[in-house]
Formats: sequence, structure tokens, C-alpha cells
Amino acid sequence: MLMIAISLYVTSVQAAEVSPGLGQSIDSEEVSSVDISIDPRGENLPAGSGTAVSGATVYADKCAACHGTDANGGDGLADSLVGGIGTLATEKPVKTVISYWPYATTLFDYTRRAMPLDAPMTLTDEEVYAVSAYLLFLGGVIEETHELNAQSLREVQMPNRDGFQSVWPDM
Amino acid sequence: MADSSDISPVSSARRIALKAGLKLGALAGGAGLVGAGQVSAAATPDPLITEVQDWNRYLGDGVDANPYGKPSVHESDAVRRTVSWLTADNKSSINFTPLHKLDGIITPNGLCFERHHGGVADIAPGDHRLMINGLVETPLVFTMEDLERFPRESHVYFLECAANSGMEWRGAQLNGCQFTHGMVHNVMYTGVKLKHLLAEAGVSPRGKWLLPEGADPSHMTRSIPIDKAMDDCMVVFRMNGEALRPEQGYPLRLVVPGWEGNMWVKWLRRLEIGDQPWHHREETSKYTDLLADGTARRFTWTMDVKSIITNPSPQSPIRHGRGRTVLTGLAWSGHGTVKRVDVSIDGGRNWSTARLDGPTLAKSLHRFYYEFDWDGSELFLQSRAIDEQRQVQPTKDALRAERGVNSIYHNNGIQTWHIRPDGSAENVEVS
Ligand code: HEC
Repeated sequence: MLMIAISLYVTSVQAAEVSPGLGQSIDSEEVSSVDISIDPRGENLPAGSGTAVSGATVYADKCAACHGTDANGGDGLADSLVGGIGTLATEKPVKTVISYWPYATTLFDYTRRAMPLDAPMTLTDEEVYAVSAYLLFLGGVIEETHELNAQSLREVQMPNRDGFQSVWPDM
Repeated sequence: MADSSDISPVSSARRIALKAGLKLGALAGGAGLVGAGQVSAAATPDPLITEVQDWNRYLGDGVDANPYGKPSVHESDAVRRTVSWLTADNKSSINFTPLHKLDGIITPNGLCFERHHGGVADIAPGDHRLMINGLVETPLVFTMEDLERFPRESHVYFLECAANSGMEWRGAQLNGCQFTHGMVHNVMYTGVKLKHLLAEAGVSPRGKWLLPEGADPSHMTRSIPIDKAMDDCMVVFRMNGEALRPEQGYPLRLVVPGWEGNMWVKWLRRLEIGDQPWHHREETSKYTDLLADGTARRFTWTMDVKSIITNPSPQSPIRHGRGRTVLTGLAWSGHGTVKRVDVSIDGGRNWSTARLDGPTLAKSLHRFYYEFDWDGSELFLQSRAIDEQRQVQPTKDALRAERGVNSIYHNNGIQTWHIRPDGSAENVEVS
């Protein structure tokens, strides 16, 4: 009798979905040291700024080896980053940052988190703004002297901004 | 074999079998090769049966020769393979599961295809942290030990890369199901439902999206609707019973059942809750499906119903000649279970229902078989799966009519293998 009573009691406690109280809470400073994600509103963009003028040097030093001197793709090595406008509806679409990407914030986010391929997270925020400005300038989206910063980057209108249709019903 | 002989047992047996086959042909006058084995054994004894073989008398390795067991040396071609020209750099590249070498529904851990964007991260589990931040009441960090103290569950799910079969949009291209369909694997995962972790942090009512992020150098990110995250997503630390393999995200990966593999972020280090999608590189530049009119479909996450005949196929030709032939393959759907698989041997003119074998689990690979007597004439093999939502796997032409040929992703069209009279097979399309 006693044994049965105990096992019933144990079962009912297990079934209850009580919080296990696991995990350490963290302060906002620790969070912001790893929270590098940026959405199209750009609220999480860091301080700093850059233009295509300084970006040209960053590009030549840290990107051209793989993406080619004109950002048209290396010797078949890595993606073309500029060009391709007007090709999306053709036999040979050329999808680049300039011809295809809907948001400039994505260029900042991706370059900072993943490029250069062999040394990600080594660029300063200034360098990421600058090289982003350089690529957008090469692609004809902004002027050479246009300064990119947390405010102006999110205002950049990409050519293919409206080229996407969401399949997920909620969107 | 006598020790003095320099002829190997295998080649002498083969020669004998051939001779016997010729004799039989002369005697039976075109009755075919069926039964040749028995007759030859009677005519000329098979040394593999009558003679003592090396493995009958020389002791093999004892226990512990391989503390972690490996496949037989005779299975050395059951390996992942890559196609070097598909990607620019092997640190951001792919290889393919050898589907034609496998049976049943589970993919062995060492054969699960790989796709990395910054190489395989090497993380000591004691050093790994999972953070939950964004629109939550309490941002939290978990250690691996914390995660193992949540209620664990095990589920079998397929993971298919959205670009699986992506080379085939413009026509038959790669010769072998490993290359046309090998960016899929099926594993029993053990881990914790994501909803339990999110409940600990307390998701704000404004939290509609989840951004998982990897700890590898690519810091992979994708946006996932919170409803999916709360439904069946898991964070997992085991695959097929053992710890995740490094190339599959050790020590922690996300599982997003039925949805494209890129979302199953490996080396998972952070889960951010937000109120709108982030539109990151892997959900804008990549994993969006360009249509013929130049616009692109995005958020095409579910892997639609699909199937493939794994044997016979270009890497697994028919070697036994005419007679009883076992056709087998895999079917799956990101919408749930597969209800039926049909098979055609004449390029889609006539269809027969295949036999589904083994467990029928939602969002898991299913195994099918179809046994038939091959008359030695050429065949055009096709399979067509139908899932629990009655979605029918489309022909490639039907897909192209709807989506053009520039989509790259989500090609679930019906595959054709041309079997020639000599049993060899080739990737073709029929019209
Ligand atoms: C060592 C070679 C290498 C270097 C150096 C490099 N990249 Fe890349 N880059 C690549 C490869 C390879 C990819 C594709 C990665 C993938 O798909 O996972 C890529 C992708 C990109 C993309 C995404 C392209 C697209 O269409 O999706 C951008 C943007 C980019 N790189 C920018 C840069 C910038 C800016 C630099 C310099 C700061 C840089 N890269 C340096 C190799 C390199």
C-alpha cells in the first residue's frame, strides 16, 4: 500500500510543468557584446561611420583577393558583389548585393559577422561602414562621398527592395 | 586455396562460375541465367564452400582493436563525396550522403552530408554557452549541463538542404542519387524542446520571431516564426544516440523539423527574440527562390513531398542480369508522413504502388521497395510520393512551368533513371 501511494505521488509531480529554474540571467552589457544582429530598421547598428573613399582601401587590402579588384568575383573564386542590375528576369541572372539584396543593413550585418571569410569579426565597425559604402558606391547606389553611419545606412534604398514576395501566410 | 598457390580465391571462383555459366547456356538453350548458381555448384565445386578460407582459420582482431568501431574495409566506397566545382572554397562547401549505399531509414552519423560556411568549429562542451536575449523578460545563458537537466525527448527527422537537387533545374546534370539527392539525412535526435527554454526566459507578447545564431566563424543566422519555434523545434545534443558529430554542430544544434536544413543552425550559441524578421544574408541573397519574371519567393521554408529511387541508380547499376530485381528508395515530406509511393519502370506511363517498409514517422525519411522481374530491356525508373496532406510530388516540367529554372532551391521534381540492357544507369529526363 505504502509503495503504491509513493509511486502515484511521484508521477503527479513529474507531470507538472514546473520551471526547473535553470540558466543564469545576464546583464545587458554581456548581451550587447555578442548581440551583433541587425534588422532592416537598423536599431542595433553600432556607432562609427565611413565613406567609399576609405572603403576602397579596406576593400583592396581585405576583400579583393577573393572577390576580384572590381568586386566582380575573383577567378571564379567568390561571389560577385556588384553589377547584375536588370539580369534577374533573364536566362542568366546575376544575383549580387546590388542587383538582388533588398536591404543595405544586411550588407553591414553579413560583412561584420562573416567576412573576410578567413578572418571574420576582425574588421572594426568603421571599416565595415567604409567597405559597405565602397560596395554601394561601386554599384551606383550611393555617391562616393556619402557617409554611412547608423542613421544613413538604414535609409539606403536598394534597387531590388520590392523584388520579393513572402510565401509564409503571416507575412 | 593451397598455400603454394598465387591465385587468389576470388578470381579462381569467378573463373569457375563463368565456365559453368557457359555450360549451362549450351545445355539449357537460352533458359536464362536464373538458377545458374545452383547448377554450377553441382558441376564444379565452389572453392568458397569446399576449401578452408583464411578467415576460417586465422584469428582476427580481438576486442578493443577499434575502441570506436569502423565500417568493414570492404565498404570503403560508402563515403560522403563532394563535387569540387560547386563551391568556391572547401571551408564554405558541401558534400553528399551516399544514399545508394544505405538501407532502412536512419543515416549513420559519419555519412550525414556536410554543409559549412566557415569550416567545422571545434568547441569543448564545457566552454559552450547558449544565450537567449531580445524580447524576453529575463535574458538567460545556459551551459550544456543546464540543458541536459531539461526534459529530454528523442525524435527522428529528415534534414534536407533547400538546394538539394538544385543542379537539376535546367536538365539532368549529376550522375548519381548521391549527387542529385544526397543533401538529405535522417537522424534520431535527442535534446530539449525549444519551448521549454523559451519559457524560462519568458517571451514577450511582442516576440514574433526567433533568430538562432551559430558560434562558428560564419555566425550563421536565420529568422524563424515564433509559432514554429514553440511547436516542434528542439535544441539537441545527441544524434542516433551519441553526441552530435563536430560537422553536425557539436555540442549543440537547432532542429527545425520539416524545414530547410540551413535553418537548423549548428554550434548554436544564441537565440534572439524579435518582432520582425532580420532579412539576413542567408534569407535574402540565399534561400530565396528566383522566378522567371525576376521576382523571388522568400520564406519558402517547408520541404515539400519528394522521393528518389536509390537502387538501381547510376552509382548502383543492376549487376545480376535479368530476373528478380529489388528497386528501393526514400520518400519524405516536411508536411508530415508519406502516405504512398508509386513507382514506374516505363518513364511515368504506368504506375504501381511501392511497399512502404519500416517506421512511418512525420517529417522523417520513409523507405520503399518494389520487387519486379526484369526482362533485360531498357527501363525508365521513376518514383512519385504522396504525403498525408495529399500533396503529390510534381514532375520537373510542372515545377518549371510554375517556377522557371532559376529557383536553385526547392526542386522536388520526379527523378528519372535510364537503365540500359547491360544494367548500367544514367540520369535522364523523359518527355
Ligand atoms: C578568403 C576569401 C574571401 C575574402 C578575403 C573575402 N571574402 Fe567575401 N566571400 C567569400 C566566399 C567564399 C563567400 C561565400 C560564402 C558562403 O556562401 O558561405 C563570400 C561572400 C561574401 C558576401 C555575400 C555575397 C552574396 O552575394 O551573398 C559578401 C557581401 C562579401 N563576401 C563581402 C566581403 C567583404 C566586404 C570582404 C572584405 C572585408 C570579403 N568579402 C572578403 C570569400 C572571401
